[in-house]
Amino acid sequence: MKLRIKYTKTGVLRFIGHLDVMRLFQKAIRRAKLEVSYSKGFSPHQIISFAAPMPLGMTSEGEYFDGEFDNVTSTEDMMKRLNDTLPEGVKVLDIVILDEGAKPSMSIVSASDYYIYKNEECEADNIAILQKTLDEFMAQDSVMIMRKTKTKEEMADIKPAIYDLKIKDDGIYMLLASGSAYNLKPELVIAALCEKAGVKYNRYDYMVHRLETYMGEKEALESLSAAGKRF
Amino acid sequence: MSRLALSEKILMNIEKPARYIGNEVNMVKKDLSKIDIRFAMCFPDVYEIGMSYLGIQILYDMFNRREDTYCERVYSPWPDLDKIMREEDIKLFTLETQSPVMDMDFLGITIQYEMCYTNILQVLDLSGMPLYAKDRTKSMPIVIGGGPCTVNPEPMADFFDMFYLGEGETSYDELLDLYKIYKNSNMSKEEFLRKASNVPGIYVPSLYDVTYNEDGTVASIKPIYEDVPAKIKRQVVTDFDKVSYPMAPVVPYLKATQDRVCLEIMRGCIRGCRFCQAGMIYRPTRQKDVEMLKKYARTMLDNTGYEEISLSSLSSSDYEQLDELLNYLIELKDTDHVNVSLPSLRIDAFSLDVMSKVQDIRKSSLTFAAEAGTQRLRDVINKGITEEDILTGSRQAFIGGWDKVKLYFMLGLPTETDEDLQGISDLAEKISEEYFDAVPKEKRNGRVMINASASYFIPKPFTPFQWAPMILPEEFTRRAYFVKDSFGKQKNKKSLKFTYHDEGISLLEGVFARGDRRLSKTIYDVYKKGAIFDAWTEYFDMSKYEDVFAQNGVSVEFYTSRERAIDEVFPWEHLDAGVSRKFLEMEWKKAKEGVVTPNCRMNCSGCGAATYGGGVCFEAKN
Repeated sequence: MKLRIKYTKTGVLRFIGHLDVMRLFQKAIRRAKLEVSYSKGFSPHQIISFAAPMPLGMTSEGEYFDGEFDNVTSTEDMMKRLNDTLPEGVKVLDIVILDEGAKPSMSIVSASDYYIYKNEECEADNIAILQKTLDEFMAQDSVMIMRKTKTKEEMADIKPAIYDLKIKDDGIYMLLASGSAYNLKPELVIAALCEKAGVKYNRYDYMVHRLETYMGEKEALESLSAAGKRF
Repeated sequence: MSRLALSEKILMNIEKPARYIGNEVNMVKKDLSKIDIRFAMCFPDVYEIGMSYLGIQILYDMFNRREDTYCERVYSPWPDLDKIMREEDIKLFTLETQSPVMDMDFLGITIQYEMCYTNILQVLDLSGMPLYAKDRTKSMPIVIGGGPCTVNPEPMADFFDMFYLGEGETSYDELLDLYKIYKNSNMSKEEFLRKASNVPGIYVPSLYDVTYNEDGTVASIKPIYEDVPAKIKRQVVTDFDKVSYPMAPVVPYLKATQDRVCLEIMRGCIRGCRFCQAGMIYRPTRQKDVEMLKKYARTMLDNTGYEEISLSSLSSSDYEQLDELLNYLIELKDTDHVNVSLPSLRIDAFSLDVMSKVQDIRKSSLTFAAEAGTQRLRDVINKGITEEDILTGSRQAFIGGWDKVKLYFMLGLPTETDEDLQGISDLAEKISEEYFDAVPKEKRNGRVMINASASYFIPKPFTPFQWAPMILPEEFTRRAYFVKDSFGKQKNKKSLKFTYHDEGISLLEGVFARGDRRLSKTIYDVYKKGAIFDAWTEYFDMSKYEDVFAQNGVSVEFYTSRERAIDEVFPWEHLDAGVSRKFLEMEWKKAKEGVVTPNCRMNCSGCGAATYGGGVCFEAKN
């Protein structure tokens, strides 16, 4: 049976890398005694796969992984068993069961939204200045930035990948294209905003928090867990 | 706990910030308002190495069982963070509460290898305390050392307030209880140290006066007060089934070197190889009950979520219930997907059967620690493995489908000649011939590979070879080339490979292993020249050591290549590791005559370890 598990990664655990998160869940699944499926061979491994690797330093309340299970109980029971053994900062928010033919999460991610706020360690408070430039920024026809790919650097217009950008509380909300087809990092948008506002960009001034990971078309985005149902 | 000692900016600018954030699964949390003694336990190397060390997990668990004590962990900041901490004046902190080490009552440092000596000074320095023990006051943590190098801690004597000799499970309670009285009274640090020196196993180096002869050797080591013991006896657990063992070890987020459950099955070794310090100082051999071990394995796997388990001991094949234990673990593999990582086992029908069940034969190799190339030299070092054992074992393995063999040797063993060096490649050649003889052509897939590697023999204290000369690097290199050449002349040379270890680090280990406390100054100076992480070849710089040796008039030859007179007073003469000097002298004499000594189960040789009152010395009498 295929399950999709939604989890958070917050607090000091923002400093552990993607591979470490995978190892953390492999161990937590064993401690929770969930009946995950294993591959065959001399060193069998759990059949689980993660939706989107998360950069070091970012926090999130919308991360996902898929897992193949030999047996399942209920959403509530499996969530409780995992949460009882997970360290502070990682918490399972939802578990849904997928159809057998469901596509793996990593192949369907199309967007993510983020909340950007001030790093309390930093003295400079540029968020207010950036907030004031949002309308002007979005009114532009294009936002050209230098984008690095694996092989080259080139000027690219990131505007089409910015689906939404607005003030939220003491910070900034942004909905951006993400996934294997096109991935726009929130840091690039902050840098572009800083340039527009005439503020020096320093990445440690800002904290980035992912709110949700989505699938589907731009006009009809749904959270990854909408692909299945609770059980 | 959400406040970290390091800022966002620093953590995002260094390699692997997860080394410094703590908060791992099974980390112990305590209410500081109910704690009398704060103990920082340090492994002076990088986190991934330190977290793999069983000894700290045992002590961490043991200390934290005391309600009045909170044990936290500290590791060496990697050079990238080291630099930032010095530039920004950030003090070294514990992982659990991210508190300054300076706030602790104790800083315990495990001393696992000589090349971490400069890292110990790094830890003291980054904590903000004076490096020399004499300059530290009552308000600073008591710095206490433990671990294998404390059998001769003299080169580090000036930096430590005290050393704990032997196994931590026995005397710490008494020491901590004494410390509480000291802390809550106006007792002076000097008075406390003097009282502590009477706790079994506690060695306070500042309470001993060392005098030297004109030739530089030690003349005498005497306590400066009458109530300080003249000899300090290494502590050993006698009832090995009754000591605590961590059922829920801390599970790191980072992939540690030892990323698995580690099950200690036995301490000590019955074999008595004459070069092996562990085989001498961990006597007597003590085994854990197999039923208890099965329960431990299950519980630890459940509490950690590890997918792999390994066994810890010096010689697992000598554990008497090994068959039963391994069969249990193989069952777990089938029912619970637990990988079993096997220790080096004596190669026989049983071990080959077990290995074929838990490993991919085509990817795994067999290991023989032959140590020397001829039977004559193996008799000198009392290595109880014969050429026949190796050839028969290899043959069985080749028939079973293996085609890779690893061989370990040492170069520079006492009495070694070119004939013994030649024996190394001859043995490798004979093993390859077994393959071609035992495996018919149509069954061979790929080529048989015999990988031999050689390390540099370093004489160690409390071994029969503590009197022996260590060869110098030029001679080591000559012997290594000799062996390399002889491999090239063998008939099956394409199936044979020989590698050897770098000699610079080994030479220094040789100096410090049998060094005296005059070397403290040298270690201080080399640290001040910027030496840290000397066990890491990318940071090790021999020229720094050469400079300070020259500055301080230290003769490398005096500590390494000189044969000690049989009645020489050693720098560790005031320490007692269980095995008697008389026994070691006899073993040294027998070594030179090429006479072997039977293992502890065959016949007691009266080494002195029986005075501890437990283990193999009494097995037959139970």
